Amino acid sequence: MSERKIRVLIAKPGLDGHDRGAKIVARALRDAGMEVIYTGLHQTPEQIVETAIQEDVDFIGLSCLSGAHMTLFPRVMGLLRENGVEDIIVTGGGIIPEEDIPKLREAGISAIFGPGTPLEDIIEYHRKAK
Amino acid sequence: MELAQRILKGDRRAVARLISMAENFDPQAQDAMRLLHPHSGRAHIVGVTGPPGAGKSTLIDRLAKSYRLLNKKVGIIAVDPSSPFTGGAILGDRIRMSDLNTDSGVFIRSMGTRGHLGGLSRAVCDAMLILDAFGMDIIIIETVGAGQSEVEIASLAHTTILVEMPGLGDDIQTIKAGIMEIGDIFVVNKADRQGVERTEMELKAMLDLDSEEKAWTPPIMRTIANSGEGITALRDAIDAHRAHLVACGDWNLVNHDRIRAGFMALLRNRLTAFITENPGNKPIFDAMTARIVRREIDPYTAADELMAKLTSIKH
Repeated sequence: MSERKIRVLIAKPGLDGHDRGAKIVARALRDAGMEVIYTGLHQTPEQIVETAIQEDVDFIGLSCLSGAHMTLFPRVMGLLRENGVEDIIVTGGGIIPEEDIPKLREAGISAIFGPGTPLEDIIEYHRKAK
Repeated sequence: MELAQRILKGDRRAVARLISMAENFDPQAQDAMRLLHPHSGRAHIVGVTGPPGAGKSTLIDRLAKSYRLLNKKVGIIAVDPSSPFTGGAILGDRIRMSDLNTDSGVFIRSMGTRGHLGGLSRAVCDAMLILDAFGMDIIIIETVGAGQSEVEIASLAHTTILVEMPGLGDDIQTIKAGIMEIGDIFVVNKADRQGVERTEMELKAMLDLDSEEKAWTPPIMRTIANSGEGITALRDAIDAHRAHLVACGDWNLVNHDRIRAGFMALLRNRLTAFITENPGNKPIFDAMTARIVRREIDPYTAADELMAKLTSIKH
């Protein structure tokens, strides 16, 4: 009778109005049977982490097309550690230069899904990682 | 530490985790729920329902802020529909509640309906109890965008608010049975839009047609949630409804009915599972279903036979 559902928070940190990609990913994960909490634009790292805690999500997907990912993504990771919820898996998407990816991985971001990533890959990743 | 104790000590992650366990029908949730139960029963449960796009989420955001000014703690349970095909869901009510995220006096939880009809999720009762024991003074439940018959909220809330907006249908809608009957407070949101007088008048006409004398006449309030207009008055009306229930003794009656409804839902789920999923009974249920499919037996007789088999009670 017990049935575990994958819950994913899709969040857009910072000053960035481009949410097309985030919405498409949200929709794809929905169609894959997951529960997607979508919080809209202009979220601070604090808001994202607090939402993740209250919603008890398994994943946070951060979407950033503003170029501020090197500041915002590690900040989210730091807050997760501060709050003792570093077991939440964080992924990133958006316009992220190749050379930044190793640094983001080092900061604790589990996967980066750049433009052109097939949606099936993203879905598979969430299914496998849980 | 035990989950229930962590919740009583104010651990927000424990609250979130137990709500998930309740949603997932995790059998281990029951121990924590049992320990929390004595600590519940203090919160004022407010249901907010109405058609999609009427502004329920924004209204709740403003209401919560208004309660925070009085230093009341606010729990919010926001329900959005799950896909009947994949079980997935987009839970987007928090978009309108962003500023509340980092207020430690507010706890918001989004839920998918997960196949439950009636505008709520099956675990709403549990989430309500958890937030109640967690010390929330007001718990606001937002139903899915409701059509005409998503009335379950009225059986779980002390105060039910029906949010309408100008320009939705004519006065025949207001005399239909169902959702129009459950409002303790009616709100015409987006009151800066054309047609607000007409909507208000139609609601008033509907309420005037009520044949029986009622101790509480549902007020019709105008709000513009976006700008915050009318929110304080709405908060006062919610508090007045609670005061009314307490003064006339209906508070206990409403609580009795609420708890009975929750208990019945729990029993219904358990009984259904006992008949259709329990390893001893499932084969009997499946065999009976197959016989109905083959037209060897009708469902009514089958139900009688099945009940007779499963219980010692004679029918």
